[in-house]
Amino acid sequence: MTTILPRKDVVIVGLGWTGAILAHELTEGGLDVVAIERGPWRDTATDFNIGYAQDELRYGIRRDLFLQPAVEAMTMRNSTSQTALPMRDYGSFLPGNGVGGAGVHWNGHTWRFWDSDFQIADHLRDRYGAGRIQDLQLQNWGVTGAEMEKSFDRFEYLAGISGKAGNISGQIQEGGNPFEDPRARDYPLPPMQMTYAPTLFAEVTRSLNLHPFPTPSANLSKDYINPLGIAMGQCTMCGFCERFGCANYSKSSAQTTILPVLMKKKNFEVRTDSEVLHVDLDASKKHARGVTYVNTSGEEFFQPADMVLLCAYGLHNVRLMMLSGIGQIYDPNTGEGTIGRNYCYQTNAGAQVFFDDKNFNPFIAAGALGQTVDDYNGDAFDHGPLDFVGGAGINCIPSNGRPIQTRPTPPGTPRWGSDWKKATVKSYKSTLGFSSQGSSYPTRGNYLDLDPTYTDRFGRPLLRFTFDFPDNDIRMSNWVSDRMEDIAKAFGGRQYTNTRRKKGWDSVPYQSTHNTGGAIMGTDPKTSAVNKYLQSWDVANVFVIGASAFAHNAGKNPTGTVGALAFHAADVIRQQYLRNPGQPLVSA
Amino acid sequence: METHCLKRPTRRQFLSSVAFTILAGSAAPVMARSISGSLPWEARSADPPVQVKPGGWLFFTPEEAQTMEAVADRLVPADDLSLGGKDAGCVLYLDRQLVGSYGTSSRLYTKGPFMPGLATQGYQAPDTPAQRYRSGIAALNAFTRETKGGKRFAELAPTDQDAVLKDLEAGKITLPNKVDAKSFFNLMLANVMEGFFADPIYGGNKDMASWKMLGFPGARYDYRDHVSKHNQPYPLPPVSIAGSMEWMTR
Ligand SMILES: Cc1cc2nc3c(=O)[nH]c(=O)nc-3n(C[C@H](O)[C@H](O)[C@H](O)COP(=O)(O)OP(=O)(O)OC[C@H]3O[C@@H](n4cnc5c(N)ncnc54)[C@H](O)[C@@H]3O)c2cc1C
Ligand code: SF4
Repeated sequence: MTTILPRKDVVIVGLGWTGAILAHELTEGGLDVVAIERGPWRDTATDFNIGYAQDELRYGIRRDLFLQPAVEAMTMRNSTSQTALPMRDYGSFLPGNGVGGAGVHWNGHTWRFWDSDFQIADHLRDRYGAGRIQDLQLQNWGVTGAEMEKSFDRFEYLAGISGKAGNISGQIQEGGNPFEDPRARDYPLPPMQMTYAPTLFAEVTRSLNLHPFPTPSANLSKDYINPLGIAMGQCTMCGFCERFGCANYSKSSAQTTILPVLMKKKNFEVRTDSEVLHVDLDASKKHARGVTYVNTSGEEFFQPADMVLLCAYGLHNVRLMMLSGIGQIYDPNTGEGTIGRNYCYQTNAGAQVFFDDKNFNPFIAAGALGQTVDDYNGDAFDHGPLDFVGGAGINCIPSNGRPIQTRPTPPGTPRWGSDWKKATVKSYKSTLGFSSQGSSYPTRGNYLDLDPTYTDRFGRPLLRFTFDFPDNDIRMSNWVSDRMEDIAKAFGGRQYTNTRRKKGWDSVPYQSTHNTGGAIMGTDPKTSAVNKYLQSWDVANVFVIGASAFAHNAGKNPTGTVGALAFHAADVIRQQYLRNPGQPLVSA
Repeated sequence: METHCLKRPTRRQFLSSVAFTILAGSAAPVMARSISGSLPWEARSADPPVQVKPGGWLFFTPEEAQTMEAVADRLVPADDLSLGGKDAGCVLYLDRQLVGSYGTSSRLYTKGPFMPGLATQGYQAPDTPAQRYRSGIAALNAFTRETKGGKRFAELAPTDQDAVLKDLEAGKITLPNKVDAKSFFNLMLANVMEGFFADPIYGGNKDMASWKMLGFPGARYDYRDHVSKHNQPYPLPPVSIAGSMEWMTR
């Protein structure tokens, strides 16, 4: 039996970063908003207790804060010739669960994508010719960098990002990223104080004529009061950051930047431990009536609403659209359908330098404390003579010395026994690591759909990945790895390793929770699921907010752009959509 | 104003994701609740971990425990850097993990059908860690009895134990009852290392032995004083969630 609840203006699925931003903006606009969140309530004082937040086994290894596969798993294969099997444990990426979403246990690297990303197809075609990108399904996003600037700025000031601007209104700033797009003003906080490894990385890369700059971080360099009046504290570099909640109110998340204000509003309500099963459409399939959800006692509810906002994390947004019959599921054989199209990931590689005479104190660290070099990222460099498009940021961001997970040893070291121990002790403090975070460009054969065999605990099909790193991206990553080898040599350590990206996406080792695409934004309803305001082309009172909207992935972490897109959508909902509700904002 | 639960709340909120999976039919699932007009301040907080106390095996039989202690002592041998895996409590740690949610895979996706997968698809067999230890240890001892003059693994000389472990690691041994040697070795290695390096509150890493060995300060939470002291050793000894060595009672 389904209980029918009183109508709301807006129902939001998921109360992570995007859900909280939309809830705040729309309640400010006077709307009556309810958010339905699958996981539990979480906040700093009660859940990220400073007495035991620093528990590597519980949070880092057993992943207490993450979505458990028993609740929802996904299946994967590298190509259509294989049978997809469930990821029985999450590994390669770790979806969030609970109020705050993955924003609770993220690292906090906070980037802006560039105009050359938003207009990627035009940009690359104009610069290198159509032939260069013909194997890729590259598409413009429908927005420009200039259009997004104000929304990036709002997210950065909400979150109290620490960094150094590289380009203020066209003026290149000493010490910032010279390759970034112009911005109106600097970050709200100065860069974090650097630890030894990134300091050395900056020296070495500068000597190679590269342009290192402090990674923009959501770990705060100073105390801060954000535009909503919420106070945050200075990061103590505790080294229990990514995979952990911050006990110091120092890492930006919905908890530390929005919820203290949002939760006090009379026109907002959150229902926790309640999973949305699907969006309910009317007979025309062009209008959503609300959502159906089930709570932990197995009771089912129908929540009617005038607007439905999918803020469930990119991958869950895509699955919910498929389960709800919103839009047509993408078919790689025909290229038709839009839901599941242009799924992309992140093409990373790593290097380590082993020293005899240095002590990096690896446990003094934060999720985003480090230095980045963007000289080989995106289209910052000329690809004319090269056989790929795209690029990677090179990052020296040592985030922890937690010893279950982080025990570097030189190649050839046994994995156990006395020799293992000696090498581990020797390398623990004296190893410097850095990595490339590479772009991931869409191809016709990489996509998401519903699994034909495996189901969740309600008997509904799991989301299925068909994904492997595209050849273009492998070539890109290897070329950047060559540059990393130059850097590794220049450190003058005893020895170094350079781990290269190979084909065969492996779902087991952690790589990044930067899953993008599947419900992409764009200008053409035949090739995109949502318009440039993240409004579904098919069901006009549904907006789909998250990295699901990315038409490709850049060599950067996604959340800066996800946050900016959330503000971008919120603005247009308040300023345009509500004047004419239920109508498309862009005519197809 | 309102912070109300749709149903009576329960403690052990941090396990909600687990409780959630058992839905109907479970004794005390975490209850959904609705929050509006205020921050819910009342105590429904995540519980702290419970200190594991030595004393008896909850999962292992004495023979199994003996086998695992021998294994732990070869993976993490006692030497001048630290005590060995057995004395560090790695098997106590493992024993308590195997009776908990880790041992039963309660958080994982365990629905069939089970099909052999590619390496990129991860572990695909139905057995839980608890079942894998039960069959794995039995198979290991059956193997040594068969090939090493009737001796159980724990009865072999350390050099022979090392040789067996190396062959397991390399997949050179065929264990009885279809136990996959390599994958069982990897499971033991991962869990022994967890026990050795995790917070002592979980039963291993006795006296923070591994942290002292590495120079990892443990559960300290504020390094602002030391961040700009590049290349200088950190001066303070480790602390655990349960406190510093000096405060610990046992
Ligand atoms: C370990 C880790 C490190 C990361 N580091 C970085 C980083 O340094 N920089 C960066 O840019 N990004 C990083 N990310 C990614 C970042 O966390 C995400 O991009 C961001 O949180 C996405 O925000 P969101 O609002 O789309 O989704 P989330 O924050 O994940 O929120 C979605 C919410 O929806 C809920 N939900 C899902 N399905 C349902 C349903 N059916 N019914 C009800 N509720 C549902 C979930 O429980 C969740 O609370 C990291 C992620 C992880 C896991
Ligand atoms: S490193 Fe800083 S931001 Fe991260 S959890 Fe620790 S105190 Fe918080």
